[in-house]
Amino acid sequence: MIETAFTPLQSLGGGALIGLGAVLLMATMGRVMGATGILAGVVQPSSLSDWSWRAAVLVGMISGPLVVLLFTGEFPAIQVPISTTMMIIGGFIVGIGVTFGSGCTSGHGVCGMARLSPRSIVATLTFMITTGITVYVVRHVLGS
Amino acid sequence: MKLFFAYLSGLIFGVGISISGMANPAKVLNFFDIAGTWDPSLAFVMGGALIVTFIGYRFVLKRPTPFMEKGFQLPTRRDLDLPLVGGSAVFGIGWGIAGFCPGGALPALGTGRTEVLIFVAALLAGILAAKFIQSMLANRATAQA
Repeated sequence: MIETAFTPLQSLGGGALIGLGAVLLMATMGRVMGATGILAGVVQPSSLSDWSWRAAVLVGMISGPLVVLLFTGEFPAIQVPISTTMMIIGGFIVGIGVTFGSGCTSGHGVCGMARLSPRSIVATLTFMITTGITVYVVRHVLGS
Repeated sequence: MKLFFAYLSGLIFGVGISISGMANPAKVLNFFDIAGTWDPSLAFVMGGALIVTFIGYRFVLKRPTPFMEKGFQLPTRRDLDLPLVGGSAVFGIGWGIAGFCPGGALPALGTGRTEVLIFVAALLAGILAAKFIQSMLANRATAQA
């Protein structure tokens, strides 16, 4: 386990920007900022116009850390406290879950919750609970 | 022009993810580890994102159309079903193991870190596997009907 510093202001500011990106996409393109749908739509496009806006959002997202690098001189911190095997297993499980669950933290947790969608509220509560249980089991039951 | 605004939306989102800590698995996992190395920062990320989106959507969705497209494309379903709850439960298990969610990992690709590439590759494999299962289930349903 790696200890991380409590960063309320930075996290609040970052969160506000996440919201601003979502609002801008809705205002201009009329679309939900859901990372799952954007990634799936880039890999399995249904038409060129459907692919191009998602690809543009994705390239924008990937440029995010580079802009941070430009302004601060360093990339955002990425500390990985788990093994490569666990990262592969975790990633695969996330892919299965978000596809059947029709969304993730951005689509359900931010955009859907902001629209007070009952499906998104239930989805968000569900995954927050199972994430908490998983972290507890991995770290305090199975772990040392 | 459309694509510029799509890019800009993604960029603002990606900068937000980067500075919020959502792209850092250690920080994300610590938010859920109340019994251990707890870091409550993630609540502020969700809070900030929700406040801005909630207020922003109120203004945006009052308009008849978005600025660049003919209409808003919003999810319309309101029913709660097993795939929604089961899928979300499974997503949480994966998130609790990896510490990356799709929204955190996609911007993190920009750092070029191997761990992120591995997560996104596994994520894609999971998405494609689930879509394959979904199409098989749909085919069986139509065959039976």
